[in-house]
Amino acid sequence: MNLSATQESPAVRVGLTALTVVLLVTLLLLPLAVVFTEALKHGLAIAADALVAPDAIAAIELTLIVAAISVPLNTVCGLAAAWCIVRFRFSGRGLLITLIELPFSVSPVISGLVWILLFGANGWFGPAFDRAGIRVIFAIPGLVLATTFVTFPFVVRTLIPLMEQQGASEEEAALTLGATGWQTFWRVTLPNIRWGLLYGVLLCNARAMGEFGAVAVVSGHVRGQTMTMPLQVEALFNDYDWVGAFTIAGLLSMLALLTLVVKAALEWRIGSRGGPLL
Amino acid sequence: MPDFRMTRRSTMFVTLAAAAAGPVRAADTTLLNASYDPTRELYREINRAFAVAWQKEAGQRIAINMSHGGSGAQTRAVLDGLPADVVTLALAADIDALARRGMIAANWQTRLPDNASPYTSTIVFLVRKNNPRAIRDWSDLIEPDVAVITPNPKTSGGARWNFLAALAWAQREPGATAASAEAFMRDLFHHVPVLDTGARGATNSFAQRGLGDVLLAWENEAWLARKELGPDEFTIVYPSLSILAEPPVAVVDSVVDKKGTRVVAEAYLRFLYSKEGQDIVAKHYYRPRDPAVVATYAERYPALKLVTIGDFGGWDVAQATYFADGGMFDRIFTPGK
Amino acid sequence: MMQPARHSALPGFNLTFGITLLWLSLIVLLPLAALILRPWELGLAGVWHSITEPRVLASLRLSFGVAALAAVVNVPFGLLVAWVMVRYRFPCRNLADSLIDMPLALPTAVAGIALTALFAPKGWIGALLTPLGIKVAYTPLGILVALIFVGLPFVVRTLEPVIMDLPLDSEEAAATLGATRSQIVRRVVLPALIPALLAGFGAALARGVGEYGSVIFIAGNMPMISEIAPLLIVIRLEQLDYAGAAALGLVMLLVSFAILLLLNLLERRIHQRT
Repeated sequence: MNLSATQESPAVRVGLTALTVVLLVTLLLLPLAVVFTEALKHGLAIAADALVAPDAIAAIELTLIVAAISVPLNTVCGLAAAWCIVRFRFSGRGLLITLIELPFSVSPVISGLVWILLFGANGWFGPAFDRAGIRVIFAIPGLVLATTFVTFPFVVRTLIPLMEQQGASEEEAALTLGATGWQTFWRVTLPNIRWGLLYGVLLCNARAMGEFGAVAVVSGHVRGQTMTMPLQVEALFNDYDWVGAFTIAGLLSMLALLTLVVKAALEWRIGSRGGPLL
Repeated sequence: MPDFRMTRRSTMFVTLAAAAAGPVRAADTTLLNASYDPTRELYREINRAFAVAWQKEAGQRIAINMSHGGSGAQTRAVLDGLPADVVTLALAADIDALARRGMIAANWQTRLPDNASPYTSTIVFLVRKNNPRAIRDWSDLIEPDVAVITPNPKTSGGARWNFLAALAWAQREPGATAASAEAFMRDLFHHVPVLDTGARGATNSFAQRGLGDVLLAWENEAWLARKELGPDEFTIVYPSLSILAEPPVAVVDSVVDKKGTRVVAEAYLRFLYSKEGQDIVAKHYYRPRDPAVVATYAERYPALKLVTIGDFGGWDVAQATYFADGGMFDRIFTPGK
Repeated sequence: MMQPARHSALPGFNLTFGITLLWLSLIVLLPLAALILRPWELGLAGVWHSITEPRVLASLRLSFGVAALAAVVNVPFGLLVAWVMVRYRFPCRNLADSLIDMPLALPTAVAGIALTALFAPKGWIGALLTPLGIKVAYTPLGILVALIFVGLPFVVRTLEPVIMDLPLDSEEAAATLGATRSQIVRRVVLPALIPALLAGFGAALARGVGEYGSVIFIAGNMPMISEIAPLLIVIRLEQLDYAGAAALGLVMLLVSFAILLLLNLLERRIHQRT
């Protein structure tokens, strides 16, 4: 048998590997390098100043608040959705899965636009909410809603394949032994899926903190009030504050790097990739 | 364990409640000023000065928040419920749009002096060091290979002033006709490689990204870019004819009446007309209204032949003729005509 | 309609199904209903006019065209990367593998300003390309670069598990029969990967069509030339044309769906044949 035909020749292997490395470095690593280079162009002190500017701190706070609301909401509801989709068979189940994944195929801009159509001054509910004195668009609720829409499918998407693979036998056993539904959930289901769940939450959070298009549409761009970090990057960019913009961008890049590290650790923990990302 | 979960849950509610209440700032009153793109530096200083003046006058601590964007975009935001106490926009047409929806009294332009424009400006050319393409006037912009940077007139107020200034020149050329003016505009926009949504984006394209040979800009924006990005890098060119740009200001009646901020909002706008306000205006390269202040900074404001929006029949007509859907701007971008 | 067909021994169907439906309705269905219903205040003719303006058609052509082109470029790129990652061992392979997800973890606005800084005439890569007469930033080519960036992980991550599961014995069998390596790759390996390639292509395309943050910084945003459809939606919003913005959004949504449906059908066809 022609053994050399089951794999590429060494020269081809080296060539392909080199090509891959070049591709990954130029396409993925250089943009990152440029962010940090530009941020530190005038020294660490100036970058640090940009980081503690009041508007920058307000943007960081706001980003954390928005993520702290939309990520837990999507986690709880994602858990519920995964439970009923994986553990039960019902008509319309396929449709439900499709609808849950819908936000992935919607442009971020549309994800923001829909909230304006609902809660803008000329939207369906805008005037009623306005009379009640509740501000949705151009305030935190609008930012949360847009972010929640965009990050809606992450947790469910990660949990469905994982829970399907694990099967329900352990849970059924626990129930047979007299555990209540909640006990089964807390003691059996949750420990079994915790790493996968964390994985989904991680991805959900990365997107929540980094979302641009959807929040740009609903933000109103009030300095120190409704600017999340990605919006602040754009604003500083437009202020001729090149260093400031790249400093905040650098902070977001570090968040992305951290996400990748934790993700790699979790994948090692789960023993495989937690299902196709996105 | 259950206790722990309860704490977690209540923490979340606290976060939610805090979020609904919005960020708290140490001030008795806050105002929100929705402004157009190039006024960032101007209002940063005005706000600081007004806060000091107001504390002295009324004994009240005040914080002024800013929102900046293309003038059209800001109008949209205010219409959609951005709770701006005052709008300081690039052109009267945008405030008229707010007045049409009943958010601002129809007579807003007579409530303050000088058509409610505490400062004016005009449209000039910003070119690279020593003007390598020898750009002196509008006709030079359509020389082969000259790239012109201007923002999108659909979203930027400054871009609409740019457009009208160019058009005014084309209409006044010897032997000009409506067709020749439109042909010039078409030619001009064929020399535009980037259309940003706001004036500041266009300045960035030109100055930071090194795009184009000439930037059509507000006079104040051109001077500021020169100051911020290096006086040696750019030269300002005054064309033979330009337009008197009057960026207006107004109190948003529907907002201040609801928030109870009318008194301070009106004082804020009047401050722009004060000696101190006019001085700050001049420092940021806008043209002040106060003749005494103009005299102080006279060397900054070369005399220039200026048309006004009145020469185009007012904003209602100009908007419909040039910038509305199907108007001249749309026509010059439609191929095959 | 939605009744549990099989009564599972597990509890919680009503509770979880209720939560899911409520959440889905509030966050996804209600907003999308607004998107679907809002355009019609223009009337049928008005909607038609609003979505057939030359500028709209040009932006749709650009968004779908460049996204498709980027997805096409990402097919060989993704195949290369996935193949090398699964089949070869080299130093820092794990690091490189983690890096592939960078475009998904990096906020799009950051990607946008970083790519712009790289490809601007004075940037690290732009300075190399400018003497060759190649302009990337502020041209449709810039949009292509941004969309290749955001789309790459979709193709790689779809292919990797499939390459991992490729039965080695069919490659060995072909080798026994005297086939050369290139014959095996063309006749045995590639055909087995086609469904995954299509799926990856579809995912990259879907993402690229709607992409906004990374594109607006690097595209010139010129009407008819480098103005993407999502930007035109924003511009329409800024012109207070809500119905027009919703109409364009609806068209984008429908076309995206049609393309994904088509790719699904194609994938199923290929599956049936093999």
